[in-house]
Amino acid sequence: MIVGWAGFCIVPWYGIEDGFFSFAWLFEGFPFDGDVAPGLFLVLQGEKLWLAPIIPFLAGPLLAVGKKRDDQAYATILILCGALGFAWLIAQGFSIGIRGWQLGWLETLFGPLGDRQFGMGYGGLLVATAFLFFFTQGIAARGAVNGDIFVVGAIGFVIAIVTIFVFYPILNMLASAFITQDNTYSIVVFVEKFTDRRLWGLGCLSGGRCGAAWNSLILAILVGALTTILGLIFALVVTRTGFRFKRSLRAMTVLPIITPPFVIGLAIILLFGQSGTITRFVADLIDVTPGRWVYGLPGVLIAQLLAFTPIAFLVLIGVVEGVSPSMEEAAQTLRANRWNTFRTVSLPLMRPGLANAFLLGFIESMADFGNPLVLGGNFDVLSTEIFFAIVGAQYDQGRAAVLALVLLAFTLGAFYAQRFWLGKKSYTTMTGKGDSGVHPLLPSGLSIPVLLVAGIWTVFTATIYMMIIYGSFVELWGVNNDLTFKHYLTAFAMKFGEEGIRWTGSAWDSFWTTLQIAAMAAPLTAIVGLVTAYLLTRQNFAGKNAFEFGTMLSFAIPGTVIGVSYILAFNVPPIEITGTGIILVVSFIFRNMPVGVRAGIASMSQLDKSLDESSLTLGANSWQTFLNVILPLLKPAILAALVYSFVRAMTAISAVIFLVSADYNMATSYIIGRVENNDYGLAIAYSTSLIVVMLAAVGLLQILVGRTNVGRRMSQSRTNLAETP
Amino acid sequence: MRTKYTGIVVLAAALAASTAMANAAKLTFYCSAQEDWCQSMARGFEEATGIDVNMTRKSSGETFAQIKAEASNPKGDVWWGGTGDPHLQAAEEGLTEPYVSPMRGELNDWAISQAESAGDKTIGIYSGALGYGYNEDLLKAANLPEPKCWKDLTKPEYKGHVQMANPNSSGTAYTTLATMVQLFGEDEGFDFMKALHKNINQYTKSGSAPIKAAGRGENTIGIVFMHDAVKQAVSGFPIKVVAPCEGTGYEIGSMSIIKDARNPDEAKKFYDWALTQEAQSRALDVKAYQVPSNKGAKTSPSAPDLSSIKLIDYDFKKYGSSAERKRLLKKWDDEVSTLPQ
Repeated sequence: MIVGWAGFCIVPWYGIEDGFFSFAWLFEGFPFDGDVAPGLFLVLQGEKLWLAPIIPFLAGPLLAVGKKRDDQAYATILILCGALGFAWLIAQGFSIGIRGWQLGWLETLFGPLGDRQFGMGYGGLLVATAFLFFFTQGIAARGAVNGDIFVVGAIGFVIAIVTIFVFYPILNMLASAFITQDNTYSIVVFVEKFTDRRLWGLGCLSGGRCGAAWNSLILAILVGALTTILGLIFALVVTRTGFRFKRSLRAMTVLPIITPPFVIGLAIILLFGQSGTITRFVADLIDVTPGRWVYGLPGVLIAQLLAFTPIAFLVLIGVVEGVSPSMEEAAQTLRANRWNTFRTVSLPLMRPGLANAFLLGFIESMADFGNPLVLGGNFDVLSTEIFFAIVGAQYDQGRAAVLALVLLAFTLGAFYAQRFWLGKKSYTTMTGKGDSGVHPLLPSGLSIPVLLVAGIWTVFTATIYMMIIYGSFVELWGVNNDLTFKHYLTAFAMKFGEEGIRWTGSAWDSFWTTLQIAAMAAPLTAIVGLVTAYLLTRQNFAGKNAFEFGTMLSFAIPGTVIGVSYILAFNVPPIEITGTGIILVVSFIFRNMPVGVRAGIASMSQLDKSLDESSLTLGANSWQTFLNVILPLLKPAILAALVYSFVRAMTAISAVIFLVSADYNMATSYIIGRVENNDYGLAIAYSTSLIVVMLAAVGLLQILVGRTNVGRRMSQSRTNLAETP
Repeated sequence: MRTKYTGIVVLAAALAASTAMANAAKLTFYCSAQEDWCQSMARGFEEATGIDVNMTRKSSGETFAQIKAEASNPKGDVWWGGTGDPHLQAAEEGLTEPYVSPMRGELNDWAISQAESAGDKTIGIYSGALGYGYNEDLLKAANLPEPKCWKDLTKPEYKGHVQMANPNSSGTAYTTLATMVQLFGEDEGFDFMKALHKNINQYTKSGSAPIKAAGRGENTIGIVFMHDAVKQAVSGFPIKVVAPCEGTGYEIGSMSIIKDARNPDEAKKFYDWALTQEAQSRALDVKAYQVPSNKGAKTSPSAPDLSSIKLIDYDFKKYGSSAERKRLLKKWDDEVSTLPQ
C-alpha cells in the first residue's frame, strides 16, 4: 500500500522521454511541471482529472488496516479496491491516448478532449502493482489456495504480466487476420487467406512443391523427434557410461546454442554447398557434378539438429540425473538385467523429460527463422513466409496473422499430444527419503551405438566450429584464404589514450548493449519461469491449463510476429516502451520464459510432494518452502533457464530486428547488417568473439549456481562424475 | 512482491549509470542503405549541422513495416535510402509528409519525376539499373556460353543455373517482373517469366541473395541490381556484371519525411543536406555504386554507367501502385510459380 501511495505522490506519473533510467526529472521542475509530476500533484493542479478516481481506491485499504485477516470486511475492501482501481487504471489508459480520446464513441459522448497523455511511468507502474496486490491479498484473505498470500500473490502477478506482455500484444496482432483492406472485420478474408494454395498445397506428392504448412509440420516433427533422441543419447553418455571425455562433450553440445544465427548456416554451405568442401570431395570421388542438394529440407534439418539438440540435452540431463537410482537398483535386485531395467524402469521414468524435449524441439523448429532463410532453397516454411508477409514487397499483415494462427494451431496440437502421452501417471522419484544409490551403467548393447552416435556428432560439430574459427581469420571466406587479424581489429580495436581506454572498434557499442540487456534478462527470465513452473506443478487454481498454454504462447510464435505485435501494442499509451532497452528485456523475458517453465516443470514433477508437505508441517510458509526446499533441488533447472535465457538474449534475431533502436542496437542485428553487406569475415569474427564471451558466461553461471547435492554415494569407478561442475 | 523488487533493483542498477540527458537538437534517422553508408550519412550530417543523429538501419521492407506500425505515434523523423517502391507505398498510405526542397534544381530529372509521382512525399536520391551477374569460374566449369541478353537466360543450357528473388518477398524481383512487362509487353513479358522459370534453381527471399550465392560459388547467374553485382566483383569474388542487350529497368532509391515527425525542422535540414553534392559524394567512400541524383556528385569508374545502358521508360507511378502490384503478383503466382520446372 505504501508502494501505491509512493507511486501516486512521489514519482512522476508518466514515462520520461529521456528513458526509464534517466534521473534528470529530479531537477526539471519536479514536482509541479506537468511532464514529470506525480499523479497527486497533477490532480491537485486540476490537470489530468481522470486520475482522480484512483485516490479513493488507494485510500480504501486504509479502512482495512485495523481489521483482522479473517474479518469478512477486510477481504471485501481489498478485493473491491484492488479490482476497481486496476480496472480504472486500464480503462483510462486505453481510452485517453496521445491524441486525446482513443475510442470514437467516447468522443461523441463527452466531446473532444483538449488534453492528452503519454505512457505510464514509475508512478503508474507502482500504483498498478499496489492494486494488484490489494486484490490478491483480498482473495487470499477470502481463503483461496488455503489463504496463502505468497501463492495467490504470485499467481496474480504472473497472470498479470503474462496477460500484458503475451496475450495482449499477440491477440492484438492476430485480430488483423480478420481485417480487410478498408479496415473492416470480415471472416471471408480469413477464409480466403487460410485456404491459400501456397499454404496447404500437396504438390510435393506429385513432384511439385508442398505448401508451407506441410513443410513446417514435417520439419518440426523430424526435428523434435531427432533432437530428443540425440539429447537423450548425450544425457546417457554423460551420466551413465564410462566415457572419458564427458566434460568436453558437455561443452561441445552447448556450443551450438551459443552460436549467433546465420553462422552455422554459412558453415554448412561452405561444407555441403554446391562449391562446398565435402560436396566437391564426394562428387570427385564418385564422379558426379556437384549439386545443390543441401538447399531445402536436408540443409535446414542438419542446421536445426545442430542448433536445437543442446536444448533437448539441457532438459534431459536434469531428468536423467533425477531418476532415482534406488528404483533401478530395486529392479536389478529383482533380477532384471541391465537392459530390462533400462527399458522398463529408467526410460518410462524419463517420459516427462522426453515429452518436454520433443515439445521444445518441435516449437523451436516451427519458429526458427535464420536457418530456413539461409538454407531453405525452395522449401518454404511458415516462419520465413510470415517474415516476408510483413517485410516483403507485399506488406500483408493479415496474411502474416493467418500464417501465425496456423503455426499456433500446430503448436497447440503438439502441446496437447504431449499432455495426452504423459497422462496422469506419477513420475516422482526424488523423495524426502535418503536415496544414496548410483545410476547403473547402460546395457552394453545400448552403450556402443550410443557412444558411436555421440562420437560422430562430436566430430561433426567440431568440424563446423573449426571452419567458423578459421573463417574469422581469413581475408575473404571461400575466395581468398590469406590469414589476417583485420576483422578482429575492425570490430574490437581499442586505444589507450589520455582519458583511459577508448573503444574505437565498430562493434563495441552493440556488444556492450547486448551484454547489458542479456545480463538483465537472464535472471528475470529464470525467476519468472521457475515461479510459474512452481505454480503449475504445485498449486491448483482455476484456469491452470489455459494459463500453462499461455506461457508457451510467446515462445511458439515466431519472433517476427512478436516483434511487430510488440511495436503495435507498446508504441502507444498506456505502456509506451518502444525505442527503449526495456522493450528488449521484456521481449526476451517472455520469449525465453517457457524454457525455464519447461525445465522447471520437468524437474519439479520428479520432486515428491511430501518434501513440501513436511516443510509446511514444520511451520514454514510456502514462500520459505519454495526458497529453502524446492529451489536448491532445482539447480539444474535454474542453470538451464539462466544459461538459455542469457544465450538467447545474445543470439536472438527475428524479434529483435524490429525492436532495436539507435541507442539499443544488438549484436545480432549488427552481424546481419554485415552479412548483408558481404563482410562475412567481420560477421564471423564478431560471432566467434560472442561465442567465447558466452562460453565464459556459461562457465561462470555454472560456478555461481553450483551443483545439486542429492546425497548419492559415488562409487569408485565413477568419480569423474563428481568432478563435473 | 519480492520478485518484482528484485527485478526493478537489477534493472535500475544495471542501467542507472549508463544513460545521459540530452536536450540538444536531435534527429531520428531511419536508414535503409548498407550499414557503413548509413553511418557515413549520419556522422556527415552531425558534422555539417551539429544536430545529434540517432540512426537505425533496417532493410526498406522492415522500415516500412515499422513506420506503418508506429503510425499513430511516430518515432522516426526521416527515412533515407532503400528502393523507391516502399517509399511510394508509404506516400500512398499517407505515412509520409510532402516537402519541396530548394535543392531540386541540382537534381537529375528522374529524381524529380519520382517526387512528382508521389505528390512530393518522396524524392530520388540514387538510382541503379537492373541486370545480372555471373560467376566466371562456374560458367567456365560448366562449359556455358557467356549470356549477354535477357532472352539468353531462357535457353535450355542454363537450366538450374539461374537464381532470382521471389517477387512476393523482394522489391528487386518485383522490379524485374515489372521491367519485363514494360520491356516486352504484358503477354510476352509473362512468357519470358515462364521460360525463365524453367531455368531457375531457387527463388530466394531477399533481393541481393542470388548474386551473393553466385559470389560464394553456390549459384551461376543471379538476377539483381547491377550495383549489387559490381560490389561483389569489387569485394574480390569472380563476378562479371552484365547489362542486358534488350535494355532494362531501374530502381530509384528514395527519401521521405515521416508524417507527424517529432523533429520536423531537423528532418527538413537533413533532407536538403542529403541532396547536396557533398553528401551524395559520400557514396564513393563506402563503395556504393549507385548513380547519385545530384548532377554534380562524383561517381566511381567501376559504377555501371547509366548513359551507356539502354534504359526503359519505367512508369513508377503505375507499377508502384498497390493495385497494379497486387494484380501482377497474383498473375505471377497463378501462372508462373505453379508451372513444373
